[in-house]
Amino acid sequence: MENYKYIGQSVQKIDGKEKVTGAALYTDDLEFGPDLLYAEIVESTHAHAFIKNIDTSRAEEIPDVLAVVTGKDFPFKFGLYMKDRFIFAQDRVRFYGEQVAAVIARTPKAAKLGAKNIRVNYQPIDAVIKQLDSIKEDAELLHPDLENYVHVPWFFPKDKTNIAHHRKIRKGDMDKAFSEADHIFEEQYEVPRYSHCAIEPHAAVAKFDLSGRLTVWASSQSPHTQRHIFAEALSFMGIRHNDVRVIAPHVGGGFGSKAGVTMEIIAAAIATKYPGHPIKIIWNREREFFNTYQRPGVITKLKMGVKNDGTITALKHELFWDAGAYVEYAANVVNAVGLSAMGPYKVDNVQIDSYCIYTNLPPTGPYRGFGYSEFLFGLESLITQVAHKLNIDPVKIRRINAIKEGDTLAYGAHMNPNGLHQCIDKVAKEIEWDKKESSPHKNKVIGKGFSLFWKAPAMPPNASSACFLKFNEDASINILVSGMDIGQGYLTVMAQIAGEILSINPNKIRVENPDTDRNPYEWQTVASHITWSCGNAVKNAALNAKNQILELVARCKYLPIDTLFLEDEKVKCTTKANFELDLKDFIITGLQMEDGTFKGGPIIASGTFMPQFTSTKANPETGQGGHPNVHYTVGAAALKLEIDTETGKMKILKAVEAIDGGKILNPSLAKGQIIGGLLQGISTVLYEDMRFDHRGKMLNPNFTDYKIPTALDIPDEIVPILVEVAQPDGPFGARGIGEHPMIPAAPMIANAIEDALGIRIKSMPITAEKLCLAILNSSKTNINNK
Amino acid sequence: MKKINFILNGEKRQIYVEASDILLEVLRQKMGLTSPKCGCDNGDCGACTIILNGKSVRSCLIFAIEIDGMEILTVEGLSKNGMTPLQESLLTHNSFQCGYCAPGMILSATELLKVNPKPSVEEIKECIAGNLCRCTGYQPIIDAITDLTK
Repeated sequence: MENYKYIGQSVQKIDGKEKVTGAALYTDDLEFGPDLLYAEIVESTHAHAFIKNIDTSRAEEIPDVLAVVTGKDFPFKFGLYMKDRFIFAQDRVRFYGEQVAAVIARTPKAAKLGAKNIRVNYQPIDAVIKQLDSIKEDAELLHPDLENYVHVPWFFPKDKTNIAHHRKIRKGDMDKAFSEADHIFEEQYEVPRYSHCAIEPHAAVAKFDLSGRLTVWASSQSPHTQRHIFAEALSFMGIRHNDVRVIAPHVGGGFGSKAGVTMEIIAAAIATKYPGHPIKIIWNREREFFNTYQRPGVITKLKMGVKNDGTITALKHELFWDAGAYVEYAANVVNAVGLSAMGPYKVDNVQIDSYCIYTNLPPTGPYRGFGYSEFLFGLESLITQVAHKLNIDPVKIRRINAIKEGDTLAYGAHMNPNGLHQCIDKVAKEIEWDKKESSPHKNKVIGKGFSLFWKAPAMPPNASSACFLKFNEDASINILVSGMDIGQGYLTVMAQIAGEILSINPNKIRVENPDTDRNPYEWQTVASHITWSCGNAVKNAALNAKNQILELVARCKYLPIDTLFLEDEKVKCTTKANFELDLKDFIITGLQMEDGTFKGGPIIASGTFMPQFTSTKANPETGQGGHPNVHYTVGAAALKLEIDTETGKMKILKAVEAIDGGKILNPSLAKGQIIGGLLQGISTVLYEDMRFDHRGKMLNPNFTDYKIPTALDIPDEIVPILVEVAQPDGPFGARGIGEHPMIPAAPMIANAIEDALGIRIKSMPITAEKLCLAILNSSKTNINNK
Repeated sequence: MKKINFILNGEKRQIYVEASDILLEVLRQKMGLTSPKCGCDNGDCGACTIILNGKSVRSCLIFAIEIDGMEILTVEGLSKNGMTPLQESLLTHNSFQCGYCAPGMILSATELLKVNPKPSVEEIKECIAGNLCRCTGYQPIIDAITDLTK
């Protein structure tokens, strides 16, 4: 391994001081002056209904109410991967809480009063709440004109059904593989919806000035993608991309919820109807739960063929996704899982059917893990069940089948270099897998659970990143990029990459959240791809700057360029020990020649990156032929779970998670992702429990009734393990790790419960209440001796 | 409208408020202090925590009219003369990710350390249990506070 100065160091976060002093400004903290207006939306009170008419007259008479906007003002669709949404509902509403109209007012109070006074006359339609009902022949269609929707070429909607996309994988010979298997196992699992619960709710402020310029300030993971969608949606007004400016301040947590476009488009659109004033929309906590994206729910049916020795011969995996009323982003979750639902295993015969199903529940979309947490709950549960039935150790069966570099993926391409087997070994050792443990407390038992995980970035094949780099007089640097630091430490890591190449301390490099007018293109901060993709763009920009510097010095000092190098803000020479030039003496002002003239000028550089080996062109019937994913990040995890058999209450005594992030650029930040992400995953198993009534209304959209963990609910101990098998095309060998830590949480806990009690829970969440009932219902009498 | 007097981060202030004005909104919109955040508007998340007469409270649950004659400390005031050892420790531990919960978390821990300079890990967890953080898993925050007690 090379000897790096800043790469691989636990550098302090470059935005850390802002955050601990209260200086960090988030969207709602920005000052817009006394002309700021406020908007409030009117929400649908039906999950599925035709809108007969909207009476805005009473609202319009309220003092300080300035304008009312409805669907009539914006009769066109938008969406990231599939245009299936309107800014406001048109002739029908498709989920409880959908925006029907907005009131713009001088004060928040007047806006709220105005919204209350808008009368909407509905004609209810049968609401489809469950995804398996939605695919029945006689189900009410949510989108009767689905066949006309514009979508990316890798989606396959089924006309006159509620199936928005069906991703198929067919690899090998399933009949032969099942007939040759010694055992066949079939199971069904269910994972419900979840909410991201970023502590900062969505916020957007938009101003359409009198010259026709639209500026949007938003809490966002995707400033450029938002600009693109706003510009496309408003193109009928003659708005071009460079008329739209998105400014993204600090983001108070994203986890996928602030990717793509949700409520921000309301701000952008209504601003054009009331020009000349900034208009603010802030989501309250309720709307944060049901009108951004939720994580989709899924019912999975698995059939696995296995040899006596534990080798998996075939895997059939059907996934029925409850994707909600609009799936413009969720359909790509369904697609990503369709490509990867064989899990991190070598399986030669694979059949996957991943169905994106419309329901009259809130729209779903990206959530940290992008569908992988959901399908691995079933797959990693099943593999453990299979191991028990074949009397093979659950870790051993994983070692037998775990994928290796070069193995064929479900879509026919080959697996990237990875350290999955190292991860398995390290986790098994740290959790003392072979040691059975019992609790000193009466009524308490201890079980251990193991799980593998993997995930690839899901993105268009040509998603790209770009970077501008400019030096200042004192050799400090400003880097302009358009990824978002949503807490993961992206800005810091970009400074480390440039600092390493230019031999400048990252604390002299300023990298800030973007303004699309000033900062170059970035697709989105999603998919755990930003360190890899934007890191490559920053690396290319830094190499470009370095080359300019060395070329200038070589030209002016008559030295061969290959003898020059950068060290501690100086240019030095391998053949002349005494030669050194301080960057600050020439980086802006140039180098003076003997005749008094100057050469050079301000050093500014740029770099871009786009993967050039990816393709979504594949046979739609088999999924074979393309190369949709850039690479997979893999890992293994285990935990030790103590269960109170009288109450069902669970306590995690120790959790271990190993992840292969390629070259780890900043171990402190990487460990932070593991510890935080794992708790977010554990929370979906033990605490979070989303409820809807039969009409599709969410019943617990608040932190009192939808529980997320406090400091008292964390595991006693978490051991993060970093494995480093380099990603050949990553910056310094890095690949992403942001989403992955939460993925194995659910199967790990289900597996530990089975280890302790012999009870298999096949649906999430696994709350104390659910486990307690399962224990009561269990026929096992000697659970305390297990 | 009623006139109220109070001390905000060491400075005497006088403003007019309506009986229904919420303290969090007054601090953010009338006083220009943005470190107390709104996360839930319901007293659940703790992002709006301030120190009122020496005790940490949720400013989203208090009417501004109630604070007449009282003393308020926010993170802006805490950081006036440079960072406190607690802030320094949180910074060097890379304790926060998105940072939205940080002001509230810091004030809760500040109150704890004032009355109990050597808290146990359990006491630290108990103290910050009213401040929700979705990013960090709390451990890096607990570690930074624990370090100060050594």
